[in-house]
Amino acid sequence: MSDLRELYQQVILDHNKKPRNFMKPEGADRTAEGYNPLCGDVVTVYLQLEDDVIRKIGFQGSGCAISKAAASMMTDSVKGKTTDEAQALFEKFHALVTGDGTSDPNDLGKLAVFSGVREFPVRVKCATLAWHTMRAALEGKGETVSTE
Amino acid sequence: MITPGSTTTAKVREDWVASFEVEKIRKDFPILSEKVHGTSLVYFDNAATSQKPQVVIDTVQRYLSTYNSNIHRGVHGLSERATEAFEQSRKKVQRFINAAQAREVIFVRGTTEAINLVAQSYGRTHIGAGDEIVISAMEHHSNIVPWQILCEQTGAVLRVVPINDAGELLIDEYEKLLTSRTRLVSVVHVSNALGTINPVHEIIRLAHRQGVPVLVDGAQATPHLRVDVREMDCDFYAFSGHKLFGPTGIGVLYGKDELLEAMPPYQGGGDMIKSVTFEKTLYNDLPYKFEAGTPHIAGVIGLGAAVDYLNGIGLERITLYEHGLLEYATEALSAITGLRIIGTAREKASLISFVLDGVHAHDVGTILDHDGVAIRAGHHCTMPLMQRFGVPATARASLAFYNTKEEIDVLVGAIHKAIEMFG
Repeated sequence: MSDLRELYQQVILDHNKKPRNFMKPEGADRTAEGYNPLCGDVVTVYLQLEDDVIRKIGFQGSGCAISKAAASMMTDSVKGKTTDEAQALFEKFHALVTGDGTSDPNDLGKLAVFSGVREFPVRVKCATLAWHTMRAALEGKGETVSTE
Repeated sequence: MITPGSTTTAKVREDWVASFEVEKIRKDFPILSEKVHGTSLVYFDNAATSQKPQVVIDTVQRYLSTYNSNIHRGVHGLSERATEAFEQSRKKVQRFINAAQAREVIFVRGTTEAINLVAQSYGRTHIGAGDEIVISAMEHHSNIVPWQILCEQTGAVLRVVPINDAGELLIDEYEKLLTSRTRLVSVVHVSNALGTINPVHEIIRLAHRQGVPVLVDGAQATPHLRVDVREMDCDFYAFSGHKLFGPTGIGVLYGKDELLEAMPPYQGGGDMIKSVTFEKTLYNDLPYKFEAGTPHIAGVIGLGAAVDYLNGIGLERITLYEHGLLEYATEALSAITGLRIIGTAREKASLISFVLDGVHAHDVGTILDHDGVAIRAGHHCTMPLMQRFGVPATARASLAFYNTKEEIDVLVGAIHKAIEMFG
């Protein structure tokens, strides 16, 4: 049970139950869709950029607890950040969940609760789906991001 | 479950169940004594792939280590032995499904390739613009996409038989879909996502009344039910070795002789020819016409061993024992608050798909895995079916004859842990 609790930390379970920014924000002008064909998880990320700063961000979709909580916490943590800062945060987050050792959990604040994912390699895609989608929305490619 | 018309008496059936020595059978499968996360493996992912008995492992190993060689061409002793074992396997499969002739048994990579073969070889010569192909709403992607590809190539149209909320095919609707434009029916025998056993006899009878041939996808049926292609009167029957306790990468397409005979080859290459010149090639006879290139010899020989093994236990006994497991599991899972079984057909194989309130199937899968319980979580390659039931994914426990009621108890305990964690 111990590494299960490590994966499903209370914060993650809370965000799964009550996801933050679970809507399409008014005035959102950039959108991207993310899809994990392996499990059918789908997420749409909406955001509004103003002078290169993410002013508004929200998401909708369906998925497992890890993917939903990751999406919820992603929106919380990139709001108010510049595009470069958001990209840099994604890289740190990615390093954290894949466990490549280059990421200091202390740099990630609340996002450090996802450190348990590294023990579950098949769930890395769940944790990063919304992040990939956020990046696609920033880049304005307008195409569906797939984890495969 | 016993099919109507079965001549076995209740007493015989009782004796079968009573004499089913599951603990002895489990010893035939070395993997069942493996530990996962330090706990005993409970393997409930048999619909994805089944485990292999020692006799299959040994047979494949014996071929590779003592008489490995190519078939149908060598003049040396090893090749003769390999060819003999390969063709013996074909005869074993022939008897297993009660085909009239061994030449009606074509070895392919699996069910998927078998369906693609029929779609391209039979389909492209018999199906044209405006013609219709009938499938059901519970098909695996492998019995949808090959037909969509054919429709794109020919301008044919795909028609889908709807199902009810229990996951049963609506036979009246099916009958309405059979028209003068229908050229082929392709349906699943046992649904991989719901466990539904389709009334294939009735489906075939109705199609034949209109002169329409029927392909039956038997990937999930052959491990659970005695299949008799002649009694069923299907025109094509497709199944996979690896779901039948044999190796991966080998499968079977059964086809009626006259249909196969008239069909053009699917792939060109060695072994499928009689003679080749740059001007003209003469194709080989059945079944070799459809077996271009060196086949999966070890797989075929291993499949033959799997068929022998199953005959040793008896499919009828397996069906009965598994039905007991299904009833036990259905009752135990139904008693869990917040759990909903997807697929409640009256006729079912030993497979239960379910969703849990507030817990996504993937999280269920991860938590169950922690207790050593291997299930499948996802859309099971049946995305249109998931849409039909309004769920993104389900958790699926698919049972085989080596599973036990005690293992079902472990599953139930693990589900309670998931509920507690997410509660």
